[in-house]
Amino acid sequence: MTTVVDIASGKPARKLTARDFRGPVNPDWCPGCGDFGVLNSIQRACAEQGLQPHEIMVISGIGCSSNLPGYVNTYGMHTLHGRALAVATGAKMGNHEMNIIVTTGDGDGYGIGGNHFVHTARRNVDLTMVVMNNQIYGLTTGQISPTSTEGMKTKSTPFGSVEPPVNPITSSIMNGATFVARAYSGDIRHMTEVIIKGMQHKGFSLIDVFSPCVTFNKDNTHPFFKTRVKKLEEEGHDSSDWKAACEKAMVWGDVIYTGVFLQREAPTLDGLEPVLREGGPLGFRSLGITKEQSDKIIVRMM
Amino acid sequence: MSSGKFDFAMAIGGEAGQGIATPGDILARVFVRRGLHLYTYNAYQSIIRGGHIFLTIRVGEEEVQNHGDKLDLLLCLNQDTADRHVNLMGPGSSVVFNGDRIKVNDAQEGVQLCALPISHLTGGSRNRLIQNTVAVGSIMYMLGLDFQILEDSLKLRFARHGQAVVDENVKFAKAGYDYAIENFKPFEHPTPVGEKPLAVWSGNDAVAMGGAAAGVKFYAAYPMSPSTGVLHWMAAHARALDIMVRQVEDEIGVANMTIGAAHTGCRAMCATSGGGFALMTEAIGSAGMMEIPVVFIDVMRAGPSTGVPTKSEQGDLWQILGASQGDFERIIVAPLDALDAFNTMPELFNLVDKAQCPGIVISDLVIGEGRFSVDPDAINMQPVIDRGDIITEHSATNGYKRYLNTDSGISPRALPGLEGYTHVVATDEHDEDSILISDEFTHPHKRRMMVEKRARKFRNVTGMVPAPELEGPTDADVTIIGWGSTYGVIKEAIDQLAERGVTANHLPIKWIVPFKGDEIAEIVTSAKKTIMVENNYSGQFHRYMRSETGLSVDGHVRKYDGEPFMPHHVTDGIMEILSGATDIYVPYQEVIV
Repeated sequence: MTTVVDIASGKPARKLTARDFRGPVNPDWCPGCGDFGVLNSIQRACAEQGLQPHEIMVISGIGCSSNLPGYVNTYGMHTLHGRALAVATGAKMGNHEMNIIVTTGDGDGYGIGGNHFVHTARRNVDLTMVVMNNQIYGLTTGQISPTSTEGMKTKSTPFGSVEPPVNPITSSIMNGATFVARAYSGDIRHMTEVIIKGMQHKGFSLIDVFSPCVTFNKDNTHPFFKTRVKKLEEEGHDSSDWKAACEKAMVWGDVIYTGVFLQREAPTLDGLEPVLREGGPLGFRSLGITKEQSDKIIVRMM
Repeated sequence: MSSGKFDFAMAIGGEAGQGIATPGDILARVFVRRGLHLYTYNAYQSIIRGGHIFLTIRVGEEEVQNHGDKLDLLLCLNQDTADRHVNLMGPGSSVVFNGDRIKVNDAQEGVQLCALPISHLTGGSRNRLIQNTVAVGSIMYMLGLDFQILEDSLKLRFARHGQAVVDENVKFAKAGYDYAIENFKPFEHPTPVGEKPLAVWSGNDAVAMGGAAAGVKFYAAYPMSPSTGVLHWMAAHARALDIMVRQVEDEIGVANMTIGAAHTGCRAMCATSGGGFALMTEAIGSAGMMEIPVVFIDVMRAGPSTGVPTKSEQGDLWQILGASQGDFERIIVAPLDALDAFNTMPELFNLVDKAQCPGIVISDLVIGEGRFSVDPDAINMQPVIDRGDIITEHSATNGYKRYLNTDSGISPRALPGLEGYTHVVATDEHDEDSILISDEFTHPHKRRMMVEKRARKFRNVTGMVPAPELEGPTDADVTIIGWGSTYGVIKEAIDQLAERGVTANHLPIKWIVPFKGDEIAEIVTSAKKTIMVENNYSGQFHRYMRSETGLSVDGHVRKYDGEPFMPHHVTDGIMEILSGATDIYVPYQEVIV
């Protein structure tokens, strides 16, 4: 992909559009997959914020949704199953000037990567985690995921799942996330707004996106969500109200809320880290230690 | 160690919580400041209070690299220590203990029993740990050292606790010193003075310092014995050296976070032990696939599984060789001692940067937690740093290919954040443009090209690594082969064999991958007799060498009881094997700790 940046002046030749954030190849998702909408929203969100491709790194794990970094013109890492948040934390610490977006799925983010989900939220690492939640394992051809509803029949639960699902919204609030939101991939305009808010938030942002799997999940479909989703903004929800956020997050039935549940300010990990106070990104600093520094160390060993 | 030179070993035994480390540290510093060489080995257990801890400090005029075969002095802090170890003390040795509380039975003839009337000497002090200070005072006299040296050390050691603590310690140390003048016989050879003051470090310190010197900017860990010392050193020096140190939720997170930081251009590393390394393995392969230079350290302990967390073994070799699925390029090195571990770090970082691949350091408890004296002038904290083919400046270049298929296999690595170089790195197979060829774009020719590109990088690395060298006469009766931490103990066994009329040479192997198979094969085939020494049951290195060279050896000395080799264990084993009594010799561990 060409970068439309005038190197000599260091300024963009023109304001970038979502098109400029298109990757070198088209997605290989199933036609009608909810992930197309998420990709579209991320590209729009980057363009609308006036960001340049090199200022962004999209990091994913493994699964349908995790193929996303290949479809967007930014820096990217397509890491191991469940490990995107851990890699992303390291990348953010290595270059805290970059905007980090983690694109993941319900299995990758809440299942195999569940441990990192807890700790990345509590550390308030300044990144945006976009979870394409389709409540199913798609790439492995249809088994239950951590967000599958009770009773769901899949290849691994032919008689219906007996397990209750994880609630990503309440979980991330309890884990200490400072921005917790939900979007629906059938409403790209709203989803883009939520992603922009998440990216602009200083700290760990979780955006759980209903991104229906049209091939393997016949329960949680576009018609299922279309009639249920309701924007919190329209309800006059106060996203600084922790208790109200928890209450709204527990609602699952005829009404399912989207929008920003909770947003609060707290110091970020890179902000708290003394090593990053000055000197620019760690990854670009010169290496080695001075004679003065090493002499001090050796004297203490004697 | 050749005869005639000062070679003194003492041990302090007690239970966890009795403050063994403090007298051990005070005495160790007294020795190194005097210019004497030293190695300390602390046998301990996975327990915070109670149990049995046994710290051996061996001091010499010449380099010391193991805890030796005998003890000259035993300091018993509890009855259990006396019961366990007094029978090991030979004529000319001394046993120091609190005579109020400890009864010493079964001492051999010629062993000096030095009972200290602690409550009399300390006026009934309630400080439970003060008996240690009294004992150190007595020991200083017996070693022929001036009290002033100890007083200076105590002042340094306790200064941060306030003057009252300093005064109390000096006072009771003097009481112990004076009591010894009147009542105990000093050792025959007073402690000499060496050429110049030395420093002391553990192998874990050395690995951490080597990393810092190499330019490590990111270190992550999950605490795990016996690797935790690396984390502690890094954490203590993080602010002064601008190194980011993170304690992470598990070793999976550690490895992946380290890789994330490495990708952005940081030199990054992480240390663990066998169990944590097992959790890191998938990530190690991902660094191979994404071509990210990063260093992993396994400070081995006795396995399998949780094993014996505070004991040593060379048991992870095959785990490390097999770490992560698929064929991929990585460098594996097993340093021979603390200074070698220090020097290895910058060397390894340069290699992994040049080859854009992961590197693995194999250490173990013997090196990692062993404390070694070191000549401060031998510590080069400003080593050569070579980052290989790396792009760190913006460019107008369009069409950058992260995985460009070059003749060398090395593709210039642009750091994320630079204009003009946006690219994705992927754990899925990918083409030169880093487009995934694992799904829609699958192409066998591209797959073959990428496999060969990555493999080609490694041809150069083999040439960058030195071949192991035979130490000692080429026409020796026997060639002893070891790897990693057995270096020091084999070296000393060779001196002992000479005293028994056997000439031996030593082939210490450090670079595991790339393996210098041809050079090693030449040495092995021209040896009269070959014996492999390993700190494991199944001969892991022997099996590896056989797989790489097709060559076997004539005999094996193996130890797997958790305790490290003493020199005579190796010497006795070689003599037994040479006599034809056995092919595999497993030494008996006399010291029960």
